[in-house]
Amino acid sequence: MKTDDVAGIIEKRRDDRGSLIYILEDIQAKYGYLPADALRAVAEKTGRSLVDIYGVATFYRSFSLKPRGRHLVSVCLGTACHVRSAPIIAEEFERQLGIAAGETTTDREFTLETVNCLGACALGPIVVVDGHYFSNVNVATVKKIIQKATVGLDKVEIKGDERIFPVEVSCPRCNHTLMNPEHLIDSYPSIRVIASFGDKHSWVALSSLYGSYHVESEFEIPEDTVVHLFCPHCHAELIGATDCVECGAPMVPMIVRGGGLVQICSRRGCKGHMLELGEVEV
Amino acid sequence: MISLIINGLEVSVEEGTTLLEAAKFLGFPIPTLCYMEGLSPYGACRLCVVEIGEGPKAKLVSSCTYPAEQGLRVRTASSRVVNARKMVLELLLATCPQSKVIQDLAAAHDVRQQRFKQEDEDCILCGLCTRMCEEQMMAKAIGFRGRGENRDLGTPFDVRSEECRLCGGCMYVCPACQLRCTYNEPERAVCGGCANLSPPCVEKDQFDDMMCYMDPCVACEQETE
Ligand code: FES
Ligand code: FES
Repeated sequence: MKTDDVAGIIEKRRDDRGSLIYILEDIQAKYGYLPADALRAVAEKTGRSLVDIYGVATFYRSFSLKPRGRHLVSVCLGTACHVRSAPIIAEEFERQLGIAAGETTTDREFTLETVNCLGACALGPIVVVDGHYFSNVNVATVKKIIQKATVGLDKVEIKGDERIFPVEVSCPRCNHTLMNPEHLIDSYPSIRVIASFGDKHSWVALSSLYGSYHVESEFEIPEDTVVHLFCPHCHAELIGATDCVECGAPMVPMIVRGGGLVQICSRRGCKGHMLELGEVEV
Repeated sequence: MISLIINGLEVSVEEGTTLLEAAKFLGFPIPTLCYMEGLSPYGACRLCVVEIGEGPKAKLVSSCTYPAEQGLRVRTASSRVVNARKMVLELLLATCPQSKVIQDLAAAHDVRQQRFKQEDEDCILCGLCTRMCEEQMMAKAIGFRGRGENRDLGTPFDVRSEECRLCGGCMYVCPACQLRCTYNEPERAVCGGCANLSPPCVEKDQFDDMMCYMDPCVACEQETE
């Protein structure tokens, strides 16, 4: 029953400042969209007026009031992707799926949306399908991407790969390397990023061993906090469009040298991660 | 008390007074559209611009939201202000040409033409209705939705809100839809939407202490027939 779920979510978010957005995010994560009764329940439980909640829900593009399809296709129309002809790609998707951006196919398979920057500009044009990044997309690959999504991208996912090997990563925005040879963790150069949480900013060194979760930082980051990570060179936030499958916190994308993308969960202590090595073949 | 200089005249006002109120106190006229006494200032229409500061630092601010500052120099009718105001009026005319209020303001400021692409909106997003609904009627039945180009006003999910008492306050304050409420002469009405409303006195038992802004009253019209 929805109201009970919603009550649980609100209870969980009781102490968060500005919790409305978190609550809506949780609801959206649960149902894939914001059902009308859920919003009414939020209004009732939090004592906020429905008008305000509805205003917030319609203000942010990441919230959807309509059920979404099984697959979510996000075509980046951010500046970097735009100049690399992303609009043509968006049109191609519209044509092939037979829907306009923002719509869902009648069989509820695909939802197409356009977004403004997915934080991986150096690899543009970017299309993200169900959390999987497709880089350097062109009109010819659109069809294959759709096919792949229909078959099920989860099958492509490299999950639970516990082989330990070092990765070398760079910022998805400026492509500057994030490796810090002066600071070794697990006897490999560490990945250096800036973390911000609460009112603290601190450097963080992550182990570059894929499968190792060793972290060192200037300030102790409490378990379970969701941090924002920034590139120390261009200061852009490392943030993508996907959420962690384990805990729902946003994933942090980084480019792997040699092609591909690694994503780690931004919640301290959560082991959610995803690796797509090589130009995802399409 | 704070003293400031408006158009060369010194005036002392309470702290927290806005420039608009201070200017009104001295009798300097400043046109307004989204300001209404009794509602919190919102600064949406920019019609009430005034110039503050001196020399290269001088800038335009909306007087309805700008609090008086000690020693501030304000000009309510400098050429910069007048030009900005005319531009705002042209833009308003371009958005919502059928509004009587905007037409009158434009005429009063000698704006006879606008140079932009003509649109035909029925809402200028001044927010008067939401503030009326929230602050005076304590209802919060309508609000802003969406953003950017798609921002509009209405009830959640576009269905009649349970909070709405049909007081008509939103229509009463709306600078764009007054023309619509000419139920008596339906041919002249812009939308005729009010003819379909059931006003509060009809549903009286639902609300005690109701207030009604319906003018002309749809219900009374119907009864006298
Ligand atoms: S512009 Fe497309 S990822 Fe940044
Ligand atoms: S009256 Fe001041 S901005 Fe509208």
